[in-house]
Amino acid sequence: MDTLLQQLINGITLGAVYALVALGYTMVYGIIGLINFAHGEVVMIGTMVAFTVIVYLAAAGVPPIAALTIALLVSVVVCMILGWALERVAYRPLRHAPRLTPLITAIGMSIVLQNVSMIIWGRNYITFPPMIDKRIYEIGGATFTNVQVAIVTMAALMMVGLIFLVHRTKIGMAMRATAQNPHVASLMGVNIDQVIAMAFIIGSALGAVAGGMVGSYYEIAHYQMGFMLGLKAFTAAVLGGIGNLAGAMAGGILLGVIEALGAGYIGDLTGNFLGSHYQDIFAFIVLIIVLMFRPSGLFGERTGDRA
Amino acid sequence: MLEVNGLRVAYGGIQAVRGITFHVREGEMVALIGANGAGKSSTLRALARLLDPAGGNVRYRGQEIQTLPAHRLVEQGIALVPEGRGVFPRMSCLENLRMGAYSRNDRREVDNDLDHVLGHFPRLKERAQQLAGTLSGGEQQMLAIGRALMSRPKLLLLDEPSMGLAPIMVQKIFQVIRDIAAEGMTILLVEQNAKLALEVSQRGYVMESGQITVSDESSRLLADPKVRAAYLGE
Repeated sequence: MDTLLQQLINGITLGAVYALVALGYTMVYGIIGLINFAHGEVVMIGTMVAFTVIVYLAAAGVPPIAALTIALLVSVVVCMILGWALERVAYRPLRHAPRLTPLITAIGMSIVLQNVSMIIWGRNYITFPPMIDKRIYEIGGATFTNVQVAIVTMAALMMVGLIFLVHRTKIGMAMRATAQNPHVASLMGVNIDQVIAMAFIIGSALGAVAGGMVGSYYEIAHYQMGFMLGLKAFTAAVLGGIGNLAGAMAGGILLGVIEALGAGYIGDLTGNFLGSHYQDIFAFIVLIIVLMFRPSGLFGERTGDRA
Repeated sequence: MLEVNGLRVAYGGIQAVRGITFHVREGEMVALIGANGAGKSSTLRALARLLDPAGGNVRYRGQEIQTLPAHRLVEQGIALVPEGRGVFPRMSCLENLRMGAYSRNDRREVDNDLDHVLGHFPRLKERAQQLAGTLSGGEQQMLAIGRALMSRPKLLLLDEPSMGLAPIMVQKIFQVIRDIAAEGMTILLVEQNAKLALEVSQRGYVMESGQITVSDESSRLLADPKVRAAYLGE
């Protein structure tokens, strides 16, 4: 019972991060049908930038909470610019190319960003300086920290904000219209190039926040961390139904929980043959099962597209 | 209002439209008729800049517009109701109509126009909150026309409004088109149903293999034995 509750709490924390990253995949996919495999690296850059700013500000004697906030804002801005530049430089010239071409480009961009990061931040693990006095709370034998509470709260706020943006604002309307029929959206006066750029920019902003969360949760960063994180978030997006925002949110949380429960019980299940460091396999088991039995994902039903 | 001069459209090496010249005067409804594959829809799509013309020029209210991107045309007052209707399936009727007014910033006026458009289509009013993808073909056509009207166009381009609809629905749609024209709208109508198109329009052009072969007043085209033989099934 203790393990169950504990792993649920850990899973929801992890899932909140996956969900934010998954939203970046799903928004871009929903609008141009591209899996932006470099998105995980955008998140990684977000973590790295946040790290650099925190170290710099901490050395200058800025109070921790202020330093964290500024670091997050800076990394959001940097990632938005990066997302915009990615679309502009790598994907827009390939808008009318066969589907495989931008996909390969995305993998290429992911490698480029990893190497840029390695040059700037080195190839070793970077330790995040502890910024917040960690408080530990207990509930029913399970524990959680104030960092976890902050992560889940902030992720929830970002998601509510995104839903508001997509359903209540003009740019959101334009994004939904473009996702459903880009030609007709342009007839309505929607500038498609602008909408596509916005999808990258917003997705990258969410990714930057997720990057900051990962950094403060695990307290380490590495130039290759975006790869596995990105792959799992992609799995979460597929699980929810790629192209579907609510699906990405639900898929992220669900994947986080599955992974945490898997890690918690894998020892018991295999008679301690496999340990919790095998937790990564659960995400990919989920991916394979979803692709085999329900490739459209949990929320991916598309009815009524045709008359 | 609209002057098209030597317009050409090509797909790869194949010429779909081979240098056609026609015009539409203000307040007039002009029909572009012809068989399947004659190049009618390609002409409209090129006018709305959904595809790039291979040549020729298009003047709208005295201004050359063939270099404007699609999303700039609607603010000039040109609205296309696309072939196959092109409603946004996962948006409600109301949201579809509001998308029609996307390029406008006068909120209160948009609300007035919404009432006006729903007045033309009482059926859509009943289904205001329903997802457009769940509507019947005829209802979707109404929605597509209503959505185009929401941009307050000066020139309405209609691409095959009768396609795939039951005869009774075709009658309804064409009644609405008549009503809109009676309000003073300038309309360019592309239609395979030549009889209907010529009945509602003032002038008509007949397209054949990418070229305009005949042009005249619609009533005269309706009486022309050659046109009757080729397009009215007599």
